[in-house]
Amino acid sequence: MTVDKKAVAKKPAALRKPRARKAAAKKPKWDISDVDSWGPERHELGATIIEAGNSVYNETGGWRSLVPVIDGEKCDGCMLCYFYCPDASILVENGKAVGIDLEHCKGCGICAKECPTDAIAMKTDEKE
Amino acid sequence: MAIVESEILAVTGNEAVAEAMRQIDPDVVCAYPITPQTEVVQLYAQMVADGKVTSEFVTVESEHSAMSAVIGSAAGGARTMTATSSQGFALMWEVLYIAASYRLPIVMTTVNRALSGPINIHCDHSDTMGGRDTGWIQLYGENHQEAYDNCIQAIRIAEHMDVRTPAMQMYDGYVISGAIGPLQMLTDEQVRQFIGPYRAINPMLDTRHPVTVGPFDGLHGWYFEHKVAQNRAMDRALTVIQDVADEYAELSGREYGLLDPYRLDDAEIAIVVVGSTAGTTRSTVDKLRARGVKAGMVRVRAFRPFPHAAYAKALEHVKVVGVMDRADSFGAQGGPVFLEIRAALYDSDPRPQILPFLYGLGGRDIFPDNIEQAFAVLQKAAQSKKRTSTERRYLNLRKD
Repeated sequence: MTVDKKAVAKKPAALRKPRARKAAAKKPKWDISDVDSWGPERHELGATIIEAGNSVYNETGGWRSLVPVIDGEKCDGCMLCYFYCPDASILVENGKAVGIDLEHCKGCGICAKECPTDAIAMKTDEKE
Repeated sequence: MAIVESEILAVTGNEAVAEAMRQIDPDVVCAYPITPQTEVVQLYAQMVADGKVTSEFVTVESEHSAMSAVIGSAAGGARTMTATSSQGFALMWEVLYIAASYRLPIVMTTVNRALSGPINIHCDHSDTMGGRDTGWIQLYGENHQEAYDNCIQAIRIAEHMDVRTPAMQMYDGYVISGAIGPLQMLTDEQVRQFIGPYRAINPMLDTRHPVTVGPFDGLHGWYFEHKVAQNRAMDRALTVIQDVADEYAELSGREYGLLDPYRLDDAEIAIVVVGSTAGTTRSTVDKLRARGVKAGMVRVRAFRPFPHAAYAKALEHVKVVGVMDRADSFGAQGGPVFLEIRAALYDSDPRPQILPFLYGLGGRDIFPDNIEQAFAVLQKAAQSKKRTSTERRYLNLRKD
């Protein structure tokens, strides 16, 4: 195969870098001079997690498309929703489900499915 | 501490290691028997049954389970050991990486044996050479005495706070594992004091401080940084291996280094070799020296971490270096040791020629004559004005 060097050498204007890039190039984007202070020694040996109960920091509420809504009048306090909830997101007061921890509720709907008194309904989650 | 002159025992390599393990008396041993390592596991199981050790011995259904159980035990907070060979080592594969990345100071004896196929139970280094990038420290021993000594030293190296990385110690199947050789042991008390008590880091069984071991690193986590940390631990292990060896020498009178040079100071040609063949090579060097040939040798002890700077220093004055590999890296320029040595000497000026030799695959005998043949190639290359081809040269290949 032969290659026409002249044809390759001149790129179309659209592919050339804009001039503004040149000025930015003076300050290197990938400065690795401080590489020795990067991550490695800051983390626990072998990636072990040493803080118990740290899953509360993992906010899974953002995954939700449906949100459970509790009808306090229908709830008879059987606590089934509390035990079934995979994210421990049912808020309980005086033996009754009174609300949802929306930072962690993934909207899976298990609580609504299991509620024997149909006190939980899944509604469209309206996000701002 | 004064060196206690102990009697010389006649034992197999496996017996030597089982005795070392008895003196170490780890909390847990999980192992599965495989030729030629079987005797280690069998003898240790007997010691457990006879109450000579306090270890919990876990019998498992495969080597994958053995390594998995070992990891569970070590993560739990126990000093843990195991042993394997060949296919068993291969079956541990994925879990070997886990052990290293969890930074668990497990010590494993691996008796070197060929990997199938064709099915072959004899010695070569293809099992552990294939595992050189698992993140484990690798120490290759030469004889019965070193198998024993390395086993004890590996505990200190792996558990050192600068290292905290699992270590495997190897010796040649049959040649060392099954043949009788001399062994001088330390006393039980000396070993107990040398290794010291075990210090667990974040053990799972410490219920007052619950931890999660081996979690998912997240979608944008620190996997890369943890790998860099593993490599830095390897770098630090170079110092630790030598420090532990020096301390051990005070106790035993037996000196070890990262590498083991022989008549190398004024050598013009030299061979690099791993394992039991070093003995045969040494006697060949003596024979050539008697004829006025300036021959030398280096035996590889630490292969991971690989002390490349030490090799460059040891070999840069040599004209031609022959590297004898007992495992091939198919499609590469040569065997694994050849590649390391060639890379280590790249920056030397003048740069020695490095030639690859393959020998002993699947337990093929290696005779003094074969090593002389290799030295003859090196001698010819040293006298030649042109650089010699780096094609593989096979020692004692069958003609039929």
